[in-house]
Amino acid sequence: MTASLIVAFGTASVRVTTPLLLAAIGEGIAERSGVINLGIEGGMLAGAFAAAVVATHDGTTAGVAAGAFAGILVAFAFGAIAIWGRTDQIISGMAVTLAATGLTGLLARRVWGVAGAGLSIPTMHLAAIPGLASIPILGPVFFDQPAITYVAYLMIPIAAWLLFRTRFGLEIRASGEGPTAAAACGVAVTRVRISAVVLGGLCSGVAGASLVLAQVGAFSEQMTAGRGFIAIAIVALGRWNPWGIAASALVFGAATESQFLFQAAGTTIPYQLFLVLPYLLALAVMALATRRHRGPAGLAQTF
Amino acid sequence: MTATRAIDTIGRDVGHALGAFALGVVLLAGFLWAAGFDISGALTALWQGAFGSWYALTSTTLVHATPLLLLGLAFTVGARAGALNIGMEGQFAAGAVAAVAVGVHAGTLPAIVAIPLVLGAGLIAGAAWIAVPVILRARFEITEVISTLLLNFVATAAVSYAVTGPLQEPSRIYPQSAPIARAARLPHFGAGSRLHAGFPIALLIAALLMIVFHRTRWGFRLRAVGSGARAAEIAGGIATTRVVAMALLWSGAIAGLGGAVEVSGVSYALFQNLSPGYGFTAIAVALLGRMRPALVVVAAIMFGALEAGSGAMQRDAAIPAVGIQVVEGVVIVAALIVAWRRPR
Repeated sequence: MTASLIVAFGTASVRVTTPLLLAAIGEGIAERSGVINLGIEGGMLAGAFAAAVVATHDGTTAGVAAGAFAGILVAFAFGAIAIWGRTDQIISGMAVTLAATGLTGLLARRVWGVAGAGLSIPTMHLAAIPGLASIPILGPVFFDQPAITYVAYLMIPIAAWLLFRTRFGLEIRASGEGPTAAAACGVAVTRVRISAVVLGGLCSGVAGASLVLAQVGAFSEQMTAGRGFIAIAIVALGRWNPWGIAASALVFGAATESQFLFQAAGTTIPYQLFLVLPYLLALAVMALATRRHRGPAGLAQTF
Repeated sequence: MTATRAIDTIGRDVGHALGAFALGVVLLAGFLWAAGFDISGALTALWQGAFGSWYALTSTTLVHATPLLLLGLAFTVGARAGALNIGMEGQFAAGAVAAVAVGVHAGTLPAIVAIPLVLGAGLIAGAAWIAVPVILRARFEITEVISTLLLNFVATAAVSYAVTGPLQEPSRIYPQSAPIARAARLPHFGAGSRLHAGFPIALLIAALLMIVFHRTRWGFRLRAVGSGARAAEIAGGIATTRVVAMALLWSGAIAGLGGAVEVSGVSYALFQNLSPGYGFTAIAVALLGRMRPALVVVAAIMFGALEAGSGAMQRDAAIPAVGIQVVEGVVIVAALIVAWRRPR
């Protein structure tokens, strides 16, 4: 394999990883508080839509902000239903994703007409980090990317610091491990869980924005195509730890981009096989990963 | 339970279902209004498309209700045992692929042989498709929620491969399969009607499930595990893992049958987007039907009407059919909050 091919593959992998990483970091925080949010698929989609609409008029930075806001709204709706409403988290999450899919589909038709697709969305420029970008191979792969990728990198230590070095992080983890015991110790479990879910929603909205503004450059109905669900698998593979989540997100990004490598190699294997690779990988790694390390004991438990 | 109390309970359940449903439609109207669509045109089209005529009722509403009923029952079997099968979309596709693979070669067989073969292929394929999540749950304690969900995407890609590869029609122009043999098609109710034998088959499965749940040892175990797995295992001596595995396999099998019924009753061929999200809508159907087969029948007809009406809405009022998913989401939430809330 030539160096230029490695760089092209690596660069594309990091680009594909960015939305997965953002969404998975946010979902990881929510799951640490004991809430599994299948609504992040809907949050990503809403974030992608809002980012596409706003970025068209006000530029990419405003687009990211709009995506974050949309993600927060969707997560808040989920939190209200699942946490305040004390309903089944999994089914509530599915319902929120369904509703977000329908809403974005309706609004997309309203904004872009019959096709329901926004095709000329401004995209983010590459912002090479001086110095780091000139490292051979690693430089162009990791440090000549759109700004939002660096935001995703920053989220890793921030999430780790939040979860393991702050009072709020302690409360999140306590709410996730044993909500009843945490409540007995004076933790406002419901409020902690809502906050964690909304924080995760913010990340999912930014993830959706990055999908539109830094990866695809267009919006179409249902364009997230299960990336939110893959993010949930990434959280399990990353053992509910931000650093582990980052590593496993990169594995998924690379698996998705393997299609690129095989095409370059001129193989005759049907392309659908490469499409399913990330999903099959998610199944395989869940089998291997979760046995060794369980998730938060109170995960998906209604409190 | 006395007769009057039973009627009270059913009345309350139906009332909840209607209320949740009405809330969904009202919220859809609100969103349509906020987005600047023509509401009255939309709702008129929705109603006309679903119940406006005998043809609309039988040939669109009940035809759409059939896969929703089978998938709603599939979800019910799993949920009664406490397992959530979110992968019905994938099992439906697997059932459809298998049914078409058998159906296109059934030309020389009599219908009485061909139809059971095609439906049986769907059943087995659906069960096979959920086998991996069942093993992952039994051996590795991996939640079936994520594993069944992920396999939906694999199924979509598999159908895409089938209709452009091994099952593509002979002229190899369109990404679809050849039509299945006439002998393998389900009979229709009279000329000009699109209502096929799949609907009574689905009703039969609902009746069978009522008997299984309440009159068999396995059904009792299933419900015991669903209402408290640890208690069932410790106090009841029930092999929880095995009961859940069987429930999920049957859930997948019934969903696969749904796919087989759809290709042998409606489409006669395999296409890329055979299901407009029936697998997810059916979760709403099952929830609204409170996991009781008789009520699931009612809920499936209500959602069949919604699906039928959404087609008319898109055609006649230019409202994207995807908007119906808003209603579905709202109905699920309303059903959850009204009937499935956990007491504190």
